[in-house]
Amino acid sequence: MASKKPESNFVNMVFRLLLIVSISGLALGYVYTQTYEVIEAANAEKIKSAIREVVKGFDKTETIRIMPTDGTDSITLYRATSNGKWVGTAVETYTDKGFSGRFSIMVGFDTLGTITNTMVLSHKETPGLGDKMDISKSKWSLQFIGKNPETTKLKVKKDGGDVDAITAATISSRAFCDATQRAYDSFKQNGGKKHE
Amino acid sequence: MEEKNMNNNQIKNFLKGFIKENPVFVLLLGMCPTLGVTSSAINGLGMGLATTFVLFMSNVFISAIKGFIPDKVRIPSFIVVIASFVTIVDLLMQAYTPALYLQLGIFIPLIVVNCIVLGRAEAFAAKNNVWSSAIDGFGMGLGFTFALVVLGSIREMLGSGAIFGYKFINPDADGILVFVLAPGAFITLGYLIAIINKIRKTV
Repeated sequence: MASKKPESNFVNMVFRLLLIVSISGLALGYVYTQTYEVIEAANAEKIKSAIREVVKGFDKTETIRIMPTDGTDSITLYRATSNGKWVGTAVETYTDKGFSGRFSIMVGFDTLGTITNTMVLSHKETPGLGDKMDISKSKWSLQFIGKNPETTKLKVKKDGGDVDAITAATISSRAFCDATQRAYDSFKQNGGKKHE
Repeated sequence: MEEKNMNNNQIKNFLKGFIKENPVFVLLLGMCPTLGVTSSAINGLGMGLATTFVLFMSNVFISAIKGFIPDKVRIPSFIVVIASFVTIVDLLMQAYTPALYLQLGIFIPLIVVNCIVLGRAEAFAAKNNVWSSAIDGFGMGLGFTFALVVLGSIREMLGSGAIFGYKFINPDADGILVFVLAPGAFITLGYLIAIINKIRKTV
């Protein structure tokens, strides 16, 4: 090789490595600041379109964060209003009981607490089995529409509830019910009341 | 004559990543993303292109700064360069292809520890000039992408009866589920390696 390598002494190693790390750090900082807003906007747009999917006919949403009675993380409620009149609430809920850990879904309720629609936001469930809860894979989740958790038991039939489980994916179905139940509990807890 | 030889060498250098030294089928490197993300063709393509970008950029940079790095700290330096490019890809994908990012999730940050990237840095970029390293990185990356897309396509066709998300069987019907799951990845990869070995022996 034509160019001679610098000697591996202490000063050379420390300063040259430090220089490489600093340049990398600067480059990353630059990319981060450039993409930060786009990422935020993409995430916000995802939430917005999910709300539009589960609650219909509103022009404004108000964000409320509450802590569920059983759960490790806060839940976000989007109170949807049309000309100031409450038309329904979209609840961004989660479960830790999924086959591959946590997944989060959006559940829409009308003013009476009837489920208007559900939508999977993010999940890691098994492709071909648990991922059938996603509407793009199968129509399984449509059975929740029009059900009121007050009268419908949100448990799979195996556990004495009213929900048909996905074949070969009982754990994912149970987790989906768990998330929906948590959404309903939070919805009730909030009671449609106006919080600050 | 000399120049023609050079060009031929570079073409060889570029093509070796596809069959002769294919990182997945021949070198058997980077098995974690290979088996993990290839449940569909589009996942394989996304993962492959992300890795190609990282391989290309890190090969170019490492080759360019190789005279500056003392030997004893070369591995940490390589890792810093590779990790920076992986994080850049991670941020860019989050910003501009959120749907694909959601699918590939944890496997994008894991490109850092993909043996192919550090392997090419150490075995090739640290010893060759920038131009050859760029071609090597690009060729190896495309070879990796090629392997992942083939694997992903076969698994998607057999497992979900679809190709690139387009379903060619009855929409309500299921494929052979095992091919979408982990065992199917091993089975498919095994057969593909056998076929590639056969091709390499006959060519």
